[in-house]
Amino acid sequence: MATEEMEQLVRREYKDGFVTDIESDTLPPGLDEDTIAFISKKKGEPEWMLEWRLDAYRQWLNMKEPSWAHLDYPPIDYQAISYFSAPKRPEDGPQSLDEVDPKLLETYEKLGIPLHERAALAGVAVDAVFDSVSVTTTFKKELSEAGVIFCSISEAIRDYPELIKQYLGTVVPVADNYFAALNSAVFTDGSFVFVPEGVTCPMELSTYFRINAANTGQFERTLIICESRAQVSYLEGCTAPMRDENQLHAAVVELVALDDAYIKYSTVQNWYPGDEDGKGGIYNFVTKRGECRGARSRISWTQVETGSAITWKYPSCVLRGKDSIGEFYSVAVTNGRQQADTGTKMIHIGEGTRSYIVAKGISAGKSDQSYRGLVKIGPRAKGARNFTQCDSLLIGDKCGAHTFPYQEIGNSTATIEHEATTSKIGEDQLFYCRSRGISEEDAVSMIVNGFCKDVFQELPMEFAVEAEALLNVTLEGAVG
Amino acid sequence: MSDTQTFLDTLKKRSQQREAEPTWIAARRQAGAARFEALGFPTRRDEEWKYTDVRSIAQGNFALSDNADFSPAQAAALTLPVDAYRLTFVDGVYAPALSDVDALPESVHVLPLSKALSENHEAVGGPLGRLTGVEFSSFAALNTAFMEEGAVVRIAPGTVVDKPIVLQFLSRANSAPVMSHPRILVEAGGRSEATLIEHYCGELEAANFTNVVGEFMLDRGAILNHYKLQEAPLNDMHVASMHVEQGRDTGYTSYNLNLGGALVRNDLISDLNGQGAETHFYGLFFGQGRQHVDNHTKVNHYAPLTFSNENYKGILDDRAHGVFNGKVYVKRDSQKIEGFQSNQNLLLSDRAQIDAKPELEIYADDVKCSHGTTTGQLDEEAIYALRTRGIDEATARGLLTLAFAGEVLEKVTLDAIAERVELAVAGKLPERFNLAGLVETAVALND
Repeated sequence: MATEEMEQLVRREYKDGFVTDIESDTLPPGLDEDTIAFISKKKGEPEWMLEWRLDAYRQWLNMKEPSWAHLDYPPIDYQAISYFSAPKRPEDGPQSLDEVDPKLLETYEKLGIPLHERAALAGVAVDAVFDSVSVTTTFKKELSEAGVIFCSISEAIRDYPELIKQYLGTVVPVADNYFAALNSAVFTDGSFVFVPEGVTCPMELSTYFRINAANTGQFERTLIICESRAQVSYLEGCTAPMRDENQLHAAVVELVALDDAYIKYSTVQNWYPGDEDGKGGIYNFVTKRGECRGARSRISWTQVETGSAITWKYPSCVLRGKDSIGEFYSVAVTNGRQQADTGTKMIHIGEGTRSYIVAKGISAGKSDQSYRGLVKIGPRAKGARNFTQCDSLLIGDKCGAHTFPYQEIGNSTATIEHEATTSKIGEDQLFYCRSRGISEEDAVSMIVNGFCKDVFQELPMEFAVEAEALLNVTLEGAVG
Repeated sequence: MSDTQTFLDTLKKRSQQREAEPTWIAARRQAGAARFEALGFPTRRDEEWKYTDVRSIAQGNFALSDNADFSPAQAAALTLPVDAYRLTFVDGVYAPALSDVDALPESVHVLPLSKALSENHEAVGGPLGRLTGVEFSSFAALNTAFMEEGAVVRIAPGTVVDKPIVLQFLSRANSAPVMSHPRILVEAGGRSEATLIEHYCGELEAANFTNVVGEFMLDRGAILNHYKLQEAPLNDMHVASMHVEQGRDTGYTSYNLNLGGALVRNDLISDLNGQGAETHFYGLFFGQGRQHVDNHTKVNHYAPLTFSNENYKGILDDRAHGVFNGKVYVKRDSQKIEGFQSNQNLLLSDRAQIDAKPELEIYADDVKCSHGTTTGQLDEEAIYALRTRGIDEATARGLLTLAFAGEVLEKVTLDAIAERVELAVAGKLPERFNLAGLVETAVALND
């Protein structure tokens, strides 16, 4: 491809980076104990929850922001952030699809998002979308019949305080790390899922989620519990570009799997990555951890990370139960000036535990990407097994790809394998496709998709299709 | 802070005894001391020392040796049976009686640092500390503060050194532990070729601390084979910071063989500064008892068209703790790079431990880089296969362990060294095994 044309494509601005100017019930910037009390009160929380938050806040005050990640960003002023913003009223949003930016719709078209979902995703007032209301109601009925609790974390704190007290903060303790402590103090939104013993959740919670919860919070808190033999598949985020005015995101996700339970957690993250110079992009500092408490339990993380200016994210599994399994499948794509430091931790504690890691990183433009992972085998994890593969693909000569895998092995019966490769798209592969009449762009996208196949096949079906499309949109113009 | 104070006090005492020295040395010594005082000893909170606890060094009280007395018979037993030019140091002090550099050709200089300084200190001042400065680590700073002795090797352009150059460091069983801070400075001229062997060994009961800093400068087209055979006494502490600088079309090969020492830390860095530079790192570490062996390596691809290959193998028994941290760095625009890294570890006991961290940091796209690391145990089926052929279990395990080490050992072209390592690794075999002997028998049978 002609370099000029390529550069032109690379320079193109993010299609969906428009700002909506809507008044909201927002706290003035700043963080102190009064802010937390305000949030807690606004949410109608009981006293013990406020105490829990304040405890987290006090510990946070004594903590230091981590600096070990391979990331470079200006210092964050935590007092310049507003910690509460009331949900927008429906009448403030666009009233119909005609009022939505046509470019956004174009992206939806490219991603192949069903028509009836587009309106909801674009933030069109819900009653303008007759379709989704009925769909949502049907879903709700089906879930409650199965005994599955699925609601916002605030509702759960009000309605199921016993479950919250029992599980919240047991996987990610309040002072686990700097961002988790901040989240614990000020979280405002998030989901709660409880699947009782023996129940297989009748639907992928993704389906429900996509329609219902387009507005995710800045400090999201998610808690998913699967009792014995229960199963659930949950998808966070969506392939559609997320509009968001909050620059700092610090979410915490906790998963608990009891005996024979299976939790599949998929994430597609496509937040605004910032402009050409990386200005205005989202900072995403996430703590995600699942604990396989029961024997033979299984937790699987799948993530497709294409957005955000800064990504700091290490979904982890604590494999406590005998023969439990942890999995991590990740595709991270960075373009422009995006920086991602992401990976996983597999902590093997129980006997016969197994973990499987497949991480694929694609860097383009002037972006920087790191895989950072830890595999730790405790002295009692007899016969533990890990396989790790992390591959990086470099597109362009101004980007960087790094791997920092840590292995701490304290047991001779463990078998650990780690493989990593870094390369660019092979000239011979490209030539092969070109000689068969496939255009360069298509050839690159085919090769990149093939590179990510191992991960995409772990995504729920419909998202896998969208993820492929998303990858193409993200890399559009960057390849050649 | 009190830990560093012991060392600073020793330094102060030493300075008072020392004769006047050139101002640049005094200045560097001071810079080293200041840096060491500021840094203190690393703790496990430092990323580079995450898995290695150096308190046994920090809390020690080490004197400095002032003589190089060593029984010649015992020295002879420890010396590698290699026909070589040899410099010997006993607890860091140069031992002329145990050295042999008389037959050196004119184009090769191998001399103790003290002599090099007294002959022409300006010639040493330039390169010394250029690669490993006081900034590198608190151990490098400490070394700079104390530096007195070591080896200076200069090879004139175009010279092929006919025999290996051996730097032998002997550790004595002193009544009180001592420390030494040797410097090694190698300047290999253009298109020269040499083999350098660093050999650390000593009396069984010794418990000393060696803190060596080595700098190796390879000019255009130079080839250097660098062996390090570390079979220090099992209570010795050993810290080594090695830095190699490679110009265009140079070839450097490191054989880092670690068998001894209670606490061992090796830093090996190679800067590939010129096109066509090639570096090979082969490493083997074997830990028993409560040994702790930490290997940090780094290859910096600073120029395009450079090549690196690394293969480190760890064998850990009993309660030994191994660490491997390998990094391949590719600078922006250093295109057409190949960088390969492999680390395999064998855990022979339930309480042995390994921490591995193979890293890639890459800022260019036309590269082929990979790393692989595995940790596991001996294949029970392979043991079974040997057992069915009438080989007892201990021998079977020994054979398989030796075979595991073989991939690195087969690169070792000096038999005397390979045999020493084989003996150590397969030492648990009922009849000591000699792989070379086996191969000879097999060849003879085939003929």
